[in-house]
Amino acid sequence: MNAAVDIPEEKSRLTQSRVRAAWLFLTPMIVIILMVAGWPLARTIWFSLTDANLSDLGNVNFIGLENYLTYIDYGDGDGEWVGVLADGKWWISVWNTVYFSMISVTLETVLGLIVALILNAKFPGRALVRAAMLIPWAIPTIVSAKMWGWMLHDQYGVINDILMFFGLINSPLAWTANNDLAMNAVIMADVWKTTPFMALLILAALQMLPSDCYEAAYVDGIHPVRVFFKVTLPLIKPALMVAIIFRLLDALRIFDLIYVLTSNSEATMSMSVYARQQLVEFQNVGLGSAASTVLFFIVAGCTVVYLMAGKVKFD
Amino acid sequence: MQEIKILKKVGLFFLVLLLVIFSVFPFYYAIVTSFKSGSALFKVDYYPKVLDFSNYVSAFTEQPFHLNIFNSVIVAVAVVVLSLFLGVTASFALGRVKFRGRGLLLLTILAVSMFPQVAVLSGMFELIRWMGLYNSLPGLMITYMIFTLPFTVWVLTTFMRDLPKELEEASIMDGASPWVIITKVFMPLLWPALVTTGLLAFIAAWNEFLFALTFILQNETRTVPVAIASMGGASEFELPWGSIMAGSVVVTIPVVALVLIFQRRIVSGLTAGAVKG
Repeated sequence: MNAAVDIPEEKSRLTQSRVRAAWLFLTPMIVIILMVAGWPLARTIWFSLTDANLSDLGNVNFIGLENYLTYIDYGDGDGEWVGVLADGKWWISVWNTVYFSMISVTLETVLGLIVALILNAKFPGRALVRAAMLIPWAIPTIVSAKMWGWMLHDQYGVINDILMFFGLINSPLAWTANNDLAMNAVIMADVWKTTPFMALLILAALQMLPSDCYEAAYVDGIHPVRVFFKVTLPLIKPALMVAIIFRLLDALRIFDLIYVLTSNSEATMSMSVYARQQLVEFQNVGLGSAASTVLFFIVAGCTVVYLMAGKVKFD
Repeated sequence: MQEIKILKKVGLFFLVLLLVIFSVFPFYYAIVTSFKSGSALFKVDYYPKVLDFSNYVSAFTEQPFHLNIFNSVIVAVAVVVLSLFLGVTASFALGRVKFRGRGLLLLTILAVSMFPQVAVLSGMFELIRWMGLYNSLPGLMITYMIFTLPFTVWVLTTFMRDLPKELEEASIMDGASPWVIITKVFMPLLWPALVTTGLLAFIAAWNEFLFALTFILQNETRTVPVAIASMGGASEFELPWGSIMAGSVVVTIPVVALVLIFQRRIVSGLTAGAVKG
């Protein structure tokens, strides 16, 4: 009889010591995260409210929201709006980022879906093909930016050579230098690098589908295209949405590919490229931090919307 | 009926062929280019006509490329070891112990892994300057924790959660402390997950560009991506494409080899990180 009374007590003591151990294990990780993420983020937001300059970060003055938007009155009835939100270049970079994210994520999803369906079919050498598809993903972004820069070279590029061979263009195009084409070049390189990743994520979802609905559909003689839209797509929708959101958040912060492939060209400048240019090249930490903060809240907003819409569970 | 079947097979074959060419061609073309020098560079060839290794020589003599590779290896290995060590203990706590605030903590970790790196750039700059680590490799190791640590913890937690409960209960009965359970009981079961997570963290650190570009000033201290991005010629319009491609091939082949060897594990790690969300 005694034992029956003792067990819960013993258990709760055990639980208590386990919880204590858990917090002990978590502390180093939490400290590091606070140090490398929490603190720098707080400082960035603080800098965005100051006139900080890169050459002298120790001496800063609080200037309120002036880096975001402020009206300078010249006193003679004239004046102008200044700050990130009044900078035409910022809005160009916002538009570029949104345009890039929408087009590239859409292309990657559609192509990734097609590729995943192909790879889901059984054929000899499938493992080899899947391995080949991991290559673009494994290549460092900088390397792929350089590779595409070379393939898209205006005079000696292989892409122009191929397009001219098939008679699609008459003269070589300046893919990365021409403002109308530069964004296409960036999207091309990104789609090449990321489609395989999307395809593999979708493929993993496809392979978890139960085979009985397909057998039923086959027996009923339903057209495969109809099966795809009525059975496959609804079943993989949750996994697909997660993959799309992850890609979208990744695309919104794009930096390396654009920085290397088209440098500081205004035609492709993304929000991250804009913020870094202000911070490092123009040494204007205040304005650059303001731009970074706006970008952070855009990404945070998207994450919150996703978490609420997806009803993601954590326990 | 028979003809349609054959037609379908041929169609599939061409689609797969197109897929493989699409994936492999750019890297193949980089290899072909890396063996060409002088005026041969300015002619498009689809297969190597000569094997000229001079680009590989100049990639290492024009800049301290061997140092850059060494730096990248040191930084990536240190980052992997540190984040795996912190990740295993933290994921044990998050995956196996029920306590108040666990959901919120996991949510925060996921949120941090979504951080745009540029959002912490000025704060990070101030931090590593204050620690005296600006323009040094330890500075990069610490800053890289922002993306490897949340990712490692997140993926390892999903693996930790799936380990059999009975095993842990039996060890508790034998009087094992949580530390002993992690190191002696779970570790042998966890190593495939550690390989996967470590490899993904290694690739992320190996490829990182923004921090390495901003926090390192000297050629000798640079990591590989920045070194490749800043290989220059006599003028902005005369990039040494041959050396750039040679350097790219040198640093990409080990990563591609690792990925191909561990491809099954990588796919499972990526899906654990992204899809299970």
